[in-house]
Amino acid sequence: MGKPTRVTNRIRALRFAAGEMTQAELADRVGVTRQTVIAIEQGRYSPSLEVAFQIARVFDVPLDDVFQYPEGE
Amino acid sequence: MPFEEKMTWVGLVVTLVVPVVYFAIMLGRLGDAPAADIHYQWPLIIAIGASIGLTIVGAIATAIGTAIAAEVRGRSASDDIDRKDERDVRISRHGDLVGFYVSSAGMVGVLALTMLQYDYFWIANALYLSFVVGTLVGSVVKLVAYRRGF
Repeated sequence: MGKPTRVTNRIRALRFAAGEMTQAELADRVGVTRQTVIAIEQGRYSPSLEVAFQIARVFDVPLDDVFQYPEGE
Repeated sequence: MPFEEKMTWVGLVVTLVVPVVYFAIMLGRLGDAPAADIHYQWPLIIAIGASIGLTIVGAIATAIGTAIAAEVRGRSASDDIDRKDERDVRISRHGDLVGFYVSSAGMVGVLALTMLQYDYFWIANALYLSFVVGTLVGSVVKLVAYRRGF
């Protein structure tokens, strides 16, 4: 607990590119709480694969355009 | 704040306030009479009942307050009181697990009191204290997870 995830993401940039979509709107479309979107964006929570795919689908991009993991791990 | 986090706060406050009142009463009685003569049974039952009742009342009040606040601020779905996502579930499980370990450690002490044939007063209260501390620790772990990340 409290250990920051090594997974990074581009959700903030993707939201901006998608007409400045709000965190609340993304949360509603994925079916999670706004706080969970905030936690994912800030790298404080690694979502399940299912939620990760749902987020990618909202932005209509492949999964690794949203989430990245450092090389060599 | 997610609705589940608010509910955790409700549980924490109730789990803190009720046992403090109960143990304050018991400690007062302990000064007047030997442990074996203290009637702890009804106060303990009332304390447990009060915890359940206050948690239900707190949950209802929190739900109403959240619904009104969401309506006033114009937020609908993302603040829904019935929205519990995977992060809530994971945090809840983690907190409950830690709380269980703490309660279990307390049970070892209760077992020792029983083997040493202490008065029922001590055994019952140690048992109650173990549950209370386990629940408190579990709630704190959940709140830390909500705040610092999980």
